[in-house]
Amino acid sequence: MKAKHQRLILALVAVAGVAGAGVLGASALRDEAAYFRTPVEVKAGKTEVGEPMRLGGMVAAGSIERQADGLTIRFVATDGKASVPVEFKGIVPDLFAEESGMVADGRMRADGTFVADRILAKHDERYMPPQMGEMPEGVAKMAPKA
Amino acid sequence: MHAYANPTRFLAIAKPLTPWLLGVGLLLVLGGAFAGLTQVPGDYKQGETARILYVHVPSAWLGMGGWTSLAVAGLVQLVWRHPLAGIAARAIAVPGMLFTALCLATGSIWGKPTWGTWWEWDGRMTSMLVLLFLYAGFIALTSGDANGTGGQRQGGTLSRGAAIYALVGAINIPIINRSVIWWNSLHQGPSITLRGSSIDGALLWPLGLTVLGFSLLFGAIVLMRMRRIIADNRVAARLRRLADDEGN
Repeated sequence: MKAKHQRLILALVAVAGVAGAGVLGASALRDEAAYFRTPVEVKAGKTEVGEPMRLGGMVAAGSIERQADGLTIRFVATDGKASVPVEFKGIVPDLFAEESGMVADGRMRADGTFVADRILAKHDERYMPPQMGEMPEGVAKMAPKA
Repeated sequence: MHAYANPTRFLAIAKPLTPWLLGVGLLLVLGGAFAGLTQVPGDYKQGETARILYVHVPSAWLGMGGWTSLAVAGLVQLVWRHPLAGIAARAIAVPGMLFTALCLATGSIWGKPTWGTWWEWDGRMTSMLVLLFLYAGFIALTSGDANGTGGQRQGGTLSRGAAIYALVGAINIPIINRSVIWWNSLHQGPSITLRGSSIDGALLWPLGLTVLGFSLLFGAIVLMRMRRIIADNRVAARLRRLADDEGN
């Protein structure tokens, strides 16, 4: 075997080893590296009351209620399988809207409401011109989706 | 492949190719930026801020593509001892780091109005920042003079350690790519996949121009830097010969 073939095999074995270690590490981090938890995970008892965490999900259609003080809002975060009511006092980003993604920093209260200190809007992967966004729901959904 | 290992032969091709890459690349970038800023509509939800994607996406592509080529060059250097491969790896590092930084900066500028934050430690952003640090480490490791110091061998090519570092660092590339799929992240999922694009065609075409244009510019920068490293090596070799002659 020529020296360069030996080096090639050695290098490929080493690369495969490092890649394997990387994949193992990444999958071990699956839960820890998640930026937020979903309502399903919250309902499954993965969180404790009062523990600081992030909750991510879609803002359920028709769920945003503005309170009389003009600052507090309540809405329901959902992932399609479970939903968690959220309460937040403060200013939300411009892109925060119903049927749109959001991530909230905060903690669960004993009554099952998530009390948020901060809310970020999450954008999805779809980009389209305004005329298409205003189309009826069914037509807009026909736009190619990843 | 070894036909191009000869720097003289490489220079004969690289020299006339550089101005073409540079010129066409600049035209495409300017055309794509003009179209992206003035000719296409804003996004239905984000409005005008979406236009930053015409710089952000090519930057991300070149930051990650840069390290991929750097790692391939490292492998070729390690296994075949191809002298130009190590030079190419060193030439790629600086523009690769530049585009990675540009990707992080444009993403941050976009994140503030869209998400409501400049920076969050989610999987995509953190792994991209790691890539920036990997580039910085590689540049630090391979900076030295052409006499075979500081992570270089004589002839301006890579030391074995630097080539291994390039290969090990490549593990971060699939992690960046999959980060938005493996982990819940603030960054959205991929818009452009093998199955198609969820960026509407009306907004997509200037992106094609800027991705191609920035890629050609990247190629031009790499060729210019390679020529410069080769020139430095020739100067160093001549100085060594002169010093030897004087010694005799």
